[in-house]
Amino acid sequence: MSTIALNPTELHIEQKLMYKRPLALEEVTTSYCPGCTHGTAHRIVAEVLDELGLQKQTILVAPVGCAVFAYKYFALDGVEAAHGRAPAMATGIKRVNPDKIVFTYQGDGDLAPIGIAEAIHAATRGENFTVIFVNNAIYGMTGGQMAPTSLPGQVTTSSPLGRDSELTGAPMHIAELMASLPGTAYSVRRSMHDAKHTIQAKKAIRKAFETQMRGEGFSIVELLSSCPTNWKMTPNEALHWVRDEMLPVYPIGDFKT
Amino acid sequence: MTKELMKGNVALAEAAVRAGCEAYFGYPITPQTELLEHMAARMPELGRVFLQAESEVAAINMIYGAASSGVRTMTSSSSPGISLMQEGFSYIVASEVPVVIIDVMRGGPGLGNIQPAQSDYNQITKTAGHGDYRPIVLAPSTIQEGIDMVTLAFDLADKYRTLVFVALDGAIGQMMEPAEMPPMQELRPRPDWAITGQGDRAEKNVITSIYLGPELLGNFNEKLQDKLALIEENEIRYEAEGTDDAELVVVAFGTSGRVAKSAVSHLRKQGKKVGMFRPITLWPFPEKELAALADGGVKKFLVVEMNMGQMIHDVRLAVGRNVEIEFHGRAGGSIPLPEEVAAKASAMLEVK
Repeated sequence: MSTIALNPTELHIEQKLMYKRPLALEEVTTSYCPGCTHGTAHRIVAEVLDELGLQKQTILVAPVGCAVFAYKYFALDGVEAAHGRAPAMATGIKRVNPDKIVFTYQGDGDLAPIGIAEAIHAATRGENFTVIFVNNAIYGMTGGQMAPTSLPGQVTTSSPLGRDSELTGAPMHIAELMASLPGTAYSVRRSMHDAKHTIQAKKAIRKAFETQMRGEGFSIVELLSSCPTNWKMTPNEALHWVRDEMLPVYPIGDFKT
Repeated sequence: MTKELMKGNVALAEAAVRAGCEAYFGYPITPQTELLEHMAARMPELGRVFLQAESEVAAINMIYGAASSGVRTMTSSSSPGISLMQEGFSYIVASEVPVVIIDVMRGGPGLGNIQPAQSDYNQITKTAGHGDYRPIVLAPSTIQEGIDMVTLAFDLADKYRTLVFVALDGAIGQMMEPAEMPPMQELRPRPDWAITGQGDRAEKNVITSIYLGPELLGNFNEKLQDKLALIEENEIRYEAEGTDDAELVVVAFGTSGRVAKSAVSHLRKQGKKVGMFRPITLWPFPEKELAALADGGVKKFLVVEMNMGQMIHDVRLAVGRNVEIEFHGRAGGSIPLPEEVAAKASAMLEVK
């Protein structure tokens, strides 16, 4: 009776490792909703840190918002900032650890309204850290209120009739705004609505960290992100909404490199 | 070392440099600005961090970051700036990182004015932010005491991993007195809990103030209260003079304490049985020591403050209802005169 060799090595089948958890990510369950692209953003940031060999020398400043527990998900030394204050905290950290890599991970409810002064002045001073700015046009953790980044007409719990730009302003373009500041070395916008764009987003994140490694100043990557729960959509519908509704308002672009 | 004639704000700034302050973040506000200016010149000279922030809110959060990285760090401000920093104070205490704040108090409420006052007693001793905690508050009455307290403040902040204030009024900040500086200290190494990048450590370090779930936050608060109890047990400081046989005791801190001392010395020369009690730590408050005076036969207390009566409530709690308490003070930048205090005390003594 003959046996069939099931060992792939014996069969000489070439195997290529297609997927593994980056070292910079912990093996834990996250608190993110199904279909939310925070997971994607974490993943590509962690992959970049792995590729650049930075895990052991990087410090994360987590925000207030859905990513409040980012320090639990990244396998990095980390602190948890007050709402909007991550760039101030990162300033303090980087100034006393100039040889380390520092980044903030902030949502649009954190950076664009309450934290805009800290973000603008960190950029103006050319603070040498990186901001990963996740823009999903809504306050996620508090349950879907209007943000400065919400689209005109967008229905949220605090704009139940749709955002009226006459009364509440028009969407805020953070990547363009940051690019206008003297100390900003790198400011771009990318999207994570499909694989192709996610790969482009990862490349930009890598460039942002490389900018910091070269000591060139403030770097920021704005990532268009989906929020199926608060947009009241399926994950797929939400990705299409990023593509069809957000992209025309928030064009992908390199505003300063 | 010999004594030099020094301005309060500059002396306290230099004391911080000598205590090993590695990073200063601040924002200009009168009457503390000379402190910031001294740091602007001195810190870069020593290769240390000086940064003028865009606001007090940013300054305190920069300090929160630097303190999380385990360096000795501080800011200085004055009353309206202290109000703005309350957010950061709460996070700093909850994250158990050591921070020193020098508050050169001015008149409030609102924009108030830039004259000396003791207007922040309530806001810095009664929590200084949301949640259940007390910062340690040291109140100097002379420039020398202020210098010594800055060193003590850094030591206490490190020892308890908490927030420590040195609270002086604008008068001490602005005046000049002969004083002696301590020698320059070595910078202390980064503690093992500090956020510095994981490096060779086996585990990552995390500093946070979020405890989701009632049990987690409840337990953290219990732990925090234990720490506060330990501080109360070990760190109470005060100065008492002529209290042993006193019929009346004047209670005052900082510049008011100095005024009270003059008044009491004047009254003693007239043979009046008057004592002076000056809390040096405003928190922990020397409650038991004041209670012991009331229990030991002091029948009358006169509380003197450069505000409308803030510490007086703590004195009342300490001495109880069976003694007479009166207040002398004004808000707006007036410093009570020794003659006024002496006259008020004499009037109280005359009422049998």
